[in-house]
Amino acid sequence: MNNPQLDTDGQLRHLLSIEGLPKKILNQILDTAESFVGVAEREVKKVPLLRGKTVCNLFFENSTRTRTTFEIAAKRLSADVISLNVSTSSQSKGETILDTVDNLIAMHADMFVVRHAQSGAAHLIAKHVPPHIHVINAGDGRHSHPTQGLLDVFTIRKYKPELHNLRVAIVGDVLHSRVARSEIHGLTTLGVPEVRVIAPKTLLPAQVEKLGVHVYHDIDEGLKDVDVIMMLRLQNERMNGAMLPSSEEYFKTYGLTQERLALAKPDAIVMHPGPMNRGVEIDSTVADGKQSVILPQVTYGIAIRMAVMAILGGGAGATL
Amino acid sequence: MTQKNNINDKLDVFIAAGKIVSIGAMPDGFIATKTIDATNLTVCPGLVDLSARLREPGDEYKARLASELQAAVAGGVTSLACPPDTDPVLDEPGLVEMLKHRAKQQGLAHVYPLGAMTRQLKGSALSEMNELHTAGCVGFSQANVAVTDTQVLWRAMEYAATFDFTLFLHAEEPFLAAKGVAHDGEVATRMGLKGIPSAAEALALASILRIAQEAGARIHISRLSTAEGVAMIRTAKAKGLKVSCDVSANHLHLTEHDIAYFDANCHLKPPLRTQRDKAELSAGLKDGTIDAICSDHTPVDDDAKLAPFAEAEIGATGLELLLPLTLKWAKQEKVSLPHAIERITKASANILGVAAGDLSPNSNADLCIFDANEYWKVSPKTLKSQGKNTPFTGLELAGKVKFTLVNGQVVYHD
Amino acid sequence: MTDANTPLDNSQLPNAETLLHTLATKLTPLLKPNTALVGIHSGGVWIMQKLLVLLEDAIQLHHIEHGTLDVSFYRDDYAQRGLKAENRPSQIPFDVENKHIILIDDVFYTGRTTRAAMNELFDYGRPASITLIALINRGGRELPITPQVVAADLLLNASQHLQLTQLADGSLALDLTPQHNSARP
Repeated sequence: MNNPQLDTDGQLRHLLSIEGLPKKILNQILDTAESFVGVAEREVKKVPLLRGKTVCNLFFENSTRTRTTFEIAAKRLSADVISLNVSTSSQSKGETILDTVDNLIAMHADMFVVRHAQSGAAHLIAKHVPPHIHVINAGDGRHSHPTQGLLDVFTIRKYKPELHNLRVAIVGDVLHSRVARSEIHGLTTLGVPEVRVIAPKTLLPAQVEKLGVHVYHDIDEGLKDVDVIMMLRLQNERMNGAMLPSSEEYFKTYGLTQERLALAKPDAIVMHPGPMNRGVEIDSTVADGKQSVILPQVTYGIAIRMAVMAILGGGAGATL
Repeated sequence: MTQKNNINDKLDVFIAAGKIVSIGAMPDGFIATKTIDATNLTVCPGLVDLSARLREPGDEYKARLASELQAAVAGGVTSLACPPDTDPVLDEPGLVEMLKHRAKQQGLAHVYPLGAMTRQLKGSALSEMNELHTAGCVGFSQANVAVTDTQVLWRAMEYAATFDFTLFLHAEEPFLAAKGVAHDGEVATRMGLKGIPSAAEALALASILRIAQEAGARIHISRLSTAEGVAMIRTAKAKGLKVSCDVSANHLHLTEHDIAYFDANCHLKPPLRTQRDKAELSAGLKDGTIDAICSDHTPVDDDAKLAPFAEAEIGATGLELLLPLTLKWAKQEKVSLPHAIERITKASANILGVAAGDLSPNSNADLCIFDANEYWKVSPKTLKSQGKNTPFTGLELAGKVKFTLVNGQVVYHD
Repeated sequence: MTDANTPLDNSQLPNAETLLHTLATKLTPLLKPNTALVGIHSGGVWIMQKLLVLLEDAIQLHHIEHGTLDVSFYRDDYAQRGLKAENRPSQIPFDVENKHIILIDDVFYTGRTTRAAMNELFDYGRPASITLIALINRGGRELPITPQVVAADLLLNASQHLQLTQLADGSLALDLTPQHNSARP
């Protein structure tokens, strides 16, 4: 079956997931983002690439943070931006997802940034849109959040350029996390030799080791000698349910404290996709400490999103 | 005429007054008013399908009795059972009578309704099984609605056993399967879909078999999907339990990998599972552990599939694919044609307890005449059902029905 | 259109290293305070790196700064061709405001690269002036833009593709190949 992200010439047509993205394209996105980091440091933070184009943020699931970074990214490419917050309940009473998309295409939207609570929503839209329209997945259910995965590996590459020598640990609710899945695919595609997931059994999906990761249930074991610690956000719904007894117990068993951080390499970096639950998955002193690169992640997030839109928005006859 | 069934030979078939008169030798004084030339075609008993949703009463916007019965005969199916999860639920004799009456009016396939085992399928109060049986139900089912109260399940089995009614049950533990949409394994993990573990089927099956043993009930397990399930049925049969089971034609050919990039046509219940499960289902069908193949016909309107995978409506259209998918399975697994055809004729008829699925003298002249070598493309244009939703869309399958006869009348020809 | 002055193969091309010296000589009077050199990737940057060595003394004397531009984000053919697979970050580590910029390119052709470079430069600040220097002017401009300083003029026709290459030992050489589907600079 054809990879829906690529067109017939193997060029990127949509960004739906890191899984299935050729390594060459992944690197192209990262390298292009490097240039956009420079742009952000100038006085005039804009370039004219998407002038006259309309980027539509179609968020069926609420998120101010991600939506804002996509808006900033699109505007820095000189695009016009529309943001639609379609709450799921009104959508179920009225328009279908595809009807909403069709209406926006009729209003000349060129690119869609889509977030939805269900896995596969971005694929559904991508299958449906005409050839000149591009879809960027801003998060679909538990499946994928490719721009987050990309900005995370970009950040790692910045601080630890020797990717082929790294040990990376992902800690937390992997079961429900699209970020974790994207991070795993990004790291394995780039050849990071050891990717660990650290979580209680209730928060790990079936056969997770088939994704190419080593599974740890003991955080002290799992953090030994790692170079990068990627924390995952624990969502409120998980706590006090049949998956986890309480946030206190979670912090006690899986929270990243200074003591636990000391088990990793002394120059290990700490990452978090945000927003953080201080005192649940991560201790404040660690989040604000010198090994934390959580704020640079945000900056790089804009550059990555600019890179993705810039690569998608161009014509087909790209020179290589 | 050319014919192959448990007889498996080139023979003529003689029909009069809606019944088979004889096969092979022309009866004395027989004058044919109509002859069908079946040279190079295969004649077999009209197919018997254990589950086809006709969407009546109720969801007429999805499909109509007429269109689905036409789809049935276009697929060579002359007898079918329909599950009780209609709207309203088939738990009232009046509804059953009405359904049977309307089906008879169509003059197409014979419809054998399965009545609801509990009122409204709610799993708490038993339905009037005897009344429903009198009205025409050949068995009782909960469709895909689980009974959580084991005591109710026990009583229902005892009650059905009292009158030797067959209970048609899906084996799926409801709490483990809650909100699950795919097999709980590598594919669901990659795709971020909530999984239904194989254990959900195994656990439910264990309960059902144990209670059936205590109650002495006759049980049919609908749509087996796991390797473990096959093994459990094998053991149960060896112990002498009155249990039969079927597998959906879809599960003989597809696995979790066919979901590919979130193909909503593969959102099925039970979910498509692993390569190993598929292999064991096939082996079980070959060695008799699994009795029959079923179409699991569930027509869904196009819009309902144009949603993210988990929200897409469950099911695939199937009446017209039962024959070609069975033939494809037989070819791949090197199963003889008579053995394969029996899985969708006599075996199903036996499970339903109806006189169908064979061509012995005096049986109903319900026939399916098909070209085993003619390929046709599965597409919205070629499907007669109002449900165009199938994972096989766009594929070419061998096995084209040329004529279908019900009660000696040609009700479909190509 | 070929005439006596149109080189037909590499052997007829001038030596790039020699041209660098010509360029350096022509550039010398332009080196004064508050000036910066900006090379356009890739050829312009290689030339600039060579000039930084050749003109080291003058550059140190007048505190002349330098930077690089990758004009990928300002090209006018993005809608047709998209982004190149490789792009490097532009690096302008000085304040462009009120500076005299010496913009350095390898082969001046249609003028579109120069337009893109100027647009990008203006997004860094308002320069006092921009002087365009190129190793080769091959004729064929499509915009009202022309280099003020050139080491050599070469008349080429549209089917010929001239580029500057860097050899293994770091020296520069001109290369003439028939045009494929490459972008015209």
